[in-house]
Amino acid sequence: MMQGYLRADGRKGIRNTIVVGYLVECAHHVAREIALPFRDSGVHVIGFPGCYPNSYAEQMMQRLCTHPNVGAVLLVSLGCESFNKYRLEQTVRESGRPVKTIVIQATGGTRKSIAEGNAFIAEQRAVLDAMEPVPMAVHELVIGTVCGGSDGTSGITGNPAAGRAFDMLVDDGAACIFEETGELIGCEHIMAARAVTPELGEVLEESVAKAARYYATLGYGSFAAGNAEGGLTTIEEKSMGAYAKSGASPISGLIKPGDIPPRGGLYLLDVVPDGEVRWGFPNINDNAEIAELIACGSHAILFVTGRGSVVGSAISPVIKICANPDTFRRMADDMDVDAGRILEGDGTLDEVGREIRDLVLDLGAGGKTKSEDLGHQEFILTYKSFEPIGPSCLPAA
Amino acid sequence: MNGDTDRRLLLLDAADNVLIATARIRAEETIMVAGNPVVLAADLPIGHKLARRAISSGEKVFKYGAPIGSATEDIGAGAHVHVHNLKSDYTPTYHLEDERAKHGSGT
Repeated sequence: MMQGYLRADGRKGIRNTIVVGYLVECAHHVAREIALPFRDSGVHVIGFPGCYPNSYAEQMMQRLCTHPNVGAVLLVSLGCESFNKYRLEQTVRESGRPVKTIVIQATGGTRKSIAEGNAFIAEQRAVLDAMEPVPMAVHELVIGTVCGGSDGTSGITGNPAAGRAFDMLVDDGAACIFEETGELIGCEHIMAARAVTPELGEVLEESVAKAARYYATLGYGSFAAGNAEGGLTTIEEKSMGAYAKSGASPISGLIKPGDIPPRGGLYLLDVVPDGEVRWGFPNINDNAEIAELIACGSHAILFVTGRGSVVGSAISPVIKICANPDTFRRMADDMDVDAGRILEGDGTLDEVGREIRDLVLDLGAGGKTKSEDLGHQEFILTYKSFEPIGPSCLPAA
Repeated sequence: MNGDTDRRLLLLDAADNVLIATARIRAEETIMVAGNPVVLAADLPIGHKLARRAISSGEKVFKYGAPIGSATEDIGAGAHVHVHNLKSDYTPTYHLEDERAKHGSGT
């Protein structure tokens, strides 16, 4: 049975993590050193490297620091960066979580800041470890999905199996989020037909058209060299495979990074910035996408790989679903699910889909993922800008 | 309608003109493709595509029943379909296939 940690806003977390958040790259080393002695006891480092302010990054940090899987927050500032540390600290405090900001320049440098940070973490860890979890239901879950290191097997085994798991979770009332509009190029019309309203269908199509324009300007699709080595030839081929992660449920809404689904259902996360092309690639690697799914409240991430990604994430566990049976044999230590076995006649999409769904539920009942056991806590956050979502993006109450 | 085709080749949709390798198929193996024997010129790795029938230059290539790009040359039945003979109708594909041949040490 699933259990969660009840937060003041009514959401529940399946982890009770302490976040150490650096507010500029200059504070990153100190943040890392503060967390290091606690690396195996649920203390994760996140942060924003830039010295210039950015409202997207500020909202991401707010959402991540008040994520249901997070129980306490330590912010680490150098002192002179432009990040609005006052507003972030206030947001965390108002969420009912213990929070402290260490300003390295005011504290007296690296050693003193690390010592002060260590003391705060030790104190908060003891408090959080004594917290009693409460029962948690499937409809209280938010689950994200992403694919990375895709190959020609991803769209045949792992992605459609993740889609079957999504269908089961949506049927039980969970909110499920799929993403990367740049990897839906070519699927926009069939996707729009699944929208719960015609207006939402138009918004879904426009989000993919925006991604196509953005990537065309940059001169590269959302396609890595290894995708081609793995047998994928074009972005539209990769898209058809990636799209299968969404399953077959009706699409209830479109959200942007940091928007939290208002109720259960299937949501598309539009990750491509609005306005003119600036800041570079929408998401410079898979972890940037994972961070955005988590900022939307995802308790866990379904990550489908063919070539063999090893990543995990800070804050929320990442379930790795391996689409390619040869990769699974090579990298079994990193993989939670062997979806490639379908190609060898050993299992069906429905069976693997159920296995994935059961693993998700098990995360709320003491289960851990391979990437958690291996200590993976990747995190990245870069500059972006978004307009708020429009009125037709969310389902009517 | 995948009759007389090697069982390691997967047809995803009846409208498709490519088949997908579900395991590595070795070079010089003779395999059946839609009733005709074909000798593979090179290894066909898992997840890669092979022409189910002859595809003309400029013709759309279909997988999952959806167009995934256009053929850049005439492709014979049973030939490997990849970056050398298929291009995106959206953005060009970046890959390191030529670089590996030029600079790679075999990994």
